[in-house]
Amino acid sequence: MLTRRIIPCLDIKDGRTVKGTNFVSLRDAGDPVELAATYASKGADELVFLDISATQEKRKTLTTLVRSIAREINIPFTVGGGISTVEDVGALLDAGADKISVNSAAVSEPRIINELSRAFGAQCIVVAIDARKVDNQWLVHTHGGTKPTAHRLFSWAKECVERGAGEILFTSMDHDGTRKGFAIDPLLKLHTLLPVPVIASGGAGSMQHFVEVFTLARVDAALAASIFHYREIEIPDLKLDLRKNGINVRL
Amino acid sequence: MKLAVIRYNAGNVQSVSYALERLGVDFVMSDDPETIMGADKVLFPGVGEASTTMEYLRKYNLDQLIPALRQPVLGICLGMQLLCRFSEENNTHCLGIIDTVVRKFKADETHKVPQMGWNNLVQVRDWIPAQLEQSFAYFVHSYFVPVSEYTSATCEYGVDFSAAIRHKNFYAVQFHPEKSAATGQLILEAFLKS
Repeated sequence: MLTRRIIPCLDIKDGRTVKGTNFVSLRDAGDPVELAATYASKGADELVFLDISATQEKRKTLTTLVRSIAREINIPFTVGGGISTVEDVGALLDAGADKISVNSAAVSEPRIINELSRAFGAQCIVVAIDARKVDNQWLVHTHGGTKPTAHRLFSWAKECVERGAGEILFTSMDHDGTRKGFAIDPLLKLHTLLPVPVIASGGAGSMQHFVEVFTLARVDAALAASIFHYREIEIPDLKLDLRKNGINVRL
Repeated sequence: MKLAVIRYNAGNVQSVSYALERLGVDFVMSDDPETIMGADKVLFPGVGEASTTMEYLRKYNLDQLIPALRQPVLGICLGMQLLCRFSEENNTHCLGIIDTVVRKFKADETHKVPQMGWNNLVQVRDWIPAQLEQSFAYFVHSYFVPVSEYTSATCEYGVDFSAAIRHKNFYAVQFHPEKSAATGQLILEAFLKS
């Protein structure tokens, strides 16, 4: 039986992990490769690396980093952050990334989803969607949730899949950072609406939140950053708790 | 032992080579027929779409070379599907080494397509180590090889399908051993020891 996935997300800037971490055992908590290996050994099912650097050298640094990660870890990983061309994606997949995610570029040039899917296959194209509720409508935002767009969440998500997205990563900007739980209602709607897997992001604060997102919103995967980095939740404990609640996970 | 990884436009050639590096195995990546023919064992990776990949294999005469191999060959993911006779993915005639048809999963609310993630191996036999019964491997695929007399491990996703198969010297897995943590490593080792 296919298991639900737990996905730690690492923010990367200039080849280093940002946001503090609480892994005292790490020689260098800023080293994404070492942190990734630690998560892999603790039972993370996948990893997401989000590159937030804005330098000219960005692409080269990221490709080098992806190569070191792929050498080291033996679980799948996705790379995202400012990816906008078939060439970018080709270089990252060649370096060993399993999937890439696009966000703002897909909104400004939706055709890129078709092009990427045709060139590399839907299975490695994740479209990340950030949205928040405005006047009772879920509105898609870009650029880290700062810029509103004309897209409504559900129609946009459907369009992304029709254009060739193999997976949708939805972050509720209203829940992100609150630690008060995932956005259950829109996630359930996405799960019901879309024929591809949905990854929930934004709001994880306790193990109960993961139980809720898997049972109530029925998503395929849940992503979180700080609660894992600060070791407020350990992945093995989380997975035992999920299994105790009848959720099928890889132990 | 000389191990060759068939170099072509498959998406996971790099990841497979990293997995072999982690195992400390010497190998060459090659599209040279003599090198591949002369290897003791051959890895045939694969990620992508069946018809364009078959076109590519034909263009480089790999469609003639691969079926002629007599040493152990391991097909991975699309590499497994291409060993079969025919795939429903764009109605593609494949290499025809294993006489079975590759089918598409039917999507429903609990079975999204592609199947993406960790699923468990059951009824493991033949070349798949018994200790891996119920262990988890990483799958990403929309098409599957049905259960048949060639099946060496089964998996369930709305339907029972072949997670691993073997026919004579042709071994294959639907999942990605290069991304399947410790289980994947044991599978690669099992093939290398075969």
